[in-house]
Amino acid sequence: MLWPIDLIVLTFVIFCAIAAITVKDLLGTAILFSAYSFLMCLLWAVMGAVDVAFTEASVGAGVSTVFFVAAVFRTSRRTKD
Amino acid sequence: MKFIGFVIVCLTGGLLLYGTMDLPDWGDPNSPASTHLSDYYIENIVAETRVPNLVTAVLADYRGYDTMFETAVVFCAGLACFLLLRDFRPKQDRYFRHVPTGVMLHFKNPETRLAAGHEFEHMDKEWVPSDMIIKTVCRILIPFIQIYALYVVAHGDFSPGGGFQGGVIFGSSLILMAISYNLKTLVKRVTEKFLSIFAATGVLIYVGLGVGAMLMGGHFLDYGTLAPLLPSDPGHIRALGMLGVEIGVGIAVMAVMVIIYVNIVSKGRHDEGL
Repeated sequence: MLWPIDLIVLTFVIFCAIAAITVKDLLGTAILFSAYSFLMCLLWAVMGAVDVAFTEASVGAGVSTVFFVAAVFRTSRRTKD
Repeated sequence: MKFIGFVIVCLTGGLLLYGTMDLPDWGDPNSPASTHLSDYYIENIVAETRVPNLVTAVLADYRGYDTMFETAVVFCAGLACFLLLRDFRPKQDRYFRHVPTGVMLHFKNPETRLAAGHEFEHMDKEWVPSDMIIKTVCRILIPFIQIYALYVVAHGDFSPGGGFQGGVIFGSSLILMAISYNLKTLVKRVTEKFLSIFAATGVLIYVGLGVGAMLMGGHFLDYGTLAPLLPSDPGHIRALGMLGVEIGVGIAVMAVMVIIYVNIVSKGRHDEGL
């Protein structure tokens, strides 16, 4: 297993997760969640769980981002807190 | 309040991390999962089901009952989205543009009908016309995405993928059509009735295969008993049963993804949106 790649990707995952809950712009949060899902997909692929990585890439990084963007489009783009 | 929330999050996070210390290491050959369960699957799956992809075999055959209810959950998600958001009231404001002159008409009364020929064009209030480059690229890409989705469904037995992923990819190709053109283009081609029937049909195919196995004298979802229906090579019946199940999952997931998108983006009106 490639430990450095693993560690780099894990660091980015944590950065994305923290950024997603601190950013005020909800559209940006949706994109950050997409990046988070894609990095998790890389992690699954590194661990050899290719089926899970495929699901994460198609559902997490693909369709759920579209749903988030659609929900932001129909509600508000700014958070109150 | 924010501070209390922060403390609670840190506490539960710490407890979760503490809990993961008891889990076996990644790839530990002495963990219970590797000593009792995995050997059986690795040794027997190809002989029993003739499916090279172990994950698909476990998901669609050994744990087929579980996957059936996952499909039912996806179907329920689409149903909940429809019941919560669908709005059958006629739209209040409508905008039309007279194409030759560019004059815009704003109708406040929903009962008003325009004696429209082709010179009037219905307009979305919030929607901005897409660029020609986006339209052209998406028009070229969408068929390839759909072929790839069908490939993923059909090759679920041999390579990573399966009904769920293929269905999501197919659904997102339809969503891409709605994004690159407009929502009306999608709703006109893929009607609500079509989507609802497909979502239910997918679950029905899955359950139908299970009930079919019961009618042939076996257990629920025991595809092996369907072998007499196959004209040749009954050894492949479990692989074919899994393929049928994956097709059902793919159809249901595809329809549900489009239903959720259309209902969210148009506030349940199915007329205009992103």
